[in-house]
Amino acid sequence: MNNNKFTLRIPSRSSNESFARVTVAAFAAQLDPTLEEISDIKTSVSEAVTNCNVHAYPKSIGMVYISCEILKDNVIKIKVRDKGCGIADIEQARQPLFTTGGEERAGLGFAVMESMMDSVRVSSKQGKGTIITMKKKISQKDNAR
Amino acid sequence: MRISSTGEVLTIYLNGEIDHHSARAMREEIDKAIDFNMPSLLILDFTEVTFMDSSGIGLVMGRFKNLQKNGAKLHLTNLSDNIYKIMKLAGIERLAVLEKGA
Repeated sequence: MNNNKFTLRIPSRSSNESFARVTVAAFAAQLDPTLEEISDIKTSVSEAVTNCNVHAYPKSIGMVYISCEILKDNVIKIKVRDKGCGIADIEQARQPLFTTGGEERAGLGFAVMESMMDSVRVSSKQGKGTIITMKKKISQKDNAR
Repeated sequence: MRISSTGEVLTIYLNGEIDHHSARAMREEIDKAIDFNMPSLLILDFTEVTFMDSSGIGLVMGRFKNLQKNGAKLHLTNLSDNIYKIMKLAGIERLAVLEKGA
């Protein structure tokens, strides 16, 4: 299963948030994850894609690129990339409760991703876009029994 | 979304997925029910919620603020393990009573 991968390219429409997280979850299913792990992956992908829709492309529809890869030792790598406005201050953006998204956004997207994935890397260039790279080791519940 | 009111207590049974896409319509419907019923307690029931991300936190925090205008309380009931985890991560237990599902 090593090196199995896919790439998905979707417009930054909010109706695609569900499609994106379900697609990644379906791909991750081959690693035999627990229900909790699947839920963690779905939530993290939802946060990253929502960030693209709300922040990267605030006033227009742009493309969101999602790529997933299975690495060795049952690790899934998920990359969510946009060509939007970029993040001015990454450290500030990662702070819990910080948001530029208005009153109905909690500012917890990165906090959620960080708590649910093993690692979250953010690289961004203003005016060029942002790449979120997340990794999670899947426990393989059959072996754990 | 099902709504039941007994005067003081307004119960709203949320359903489906709560994300950035769906949260807006839910927010409008809940606020309409709060403004109409003026409850002293709002119970949001999560039994039929199949997915929630941090948009759900924003939804809860916004409704808490709306309820505060009349000093009303907020309970969140029948939270799945995953939804409970996200609520705790956000410290929602400081704003509302959290109750896990069976």
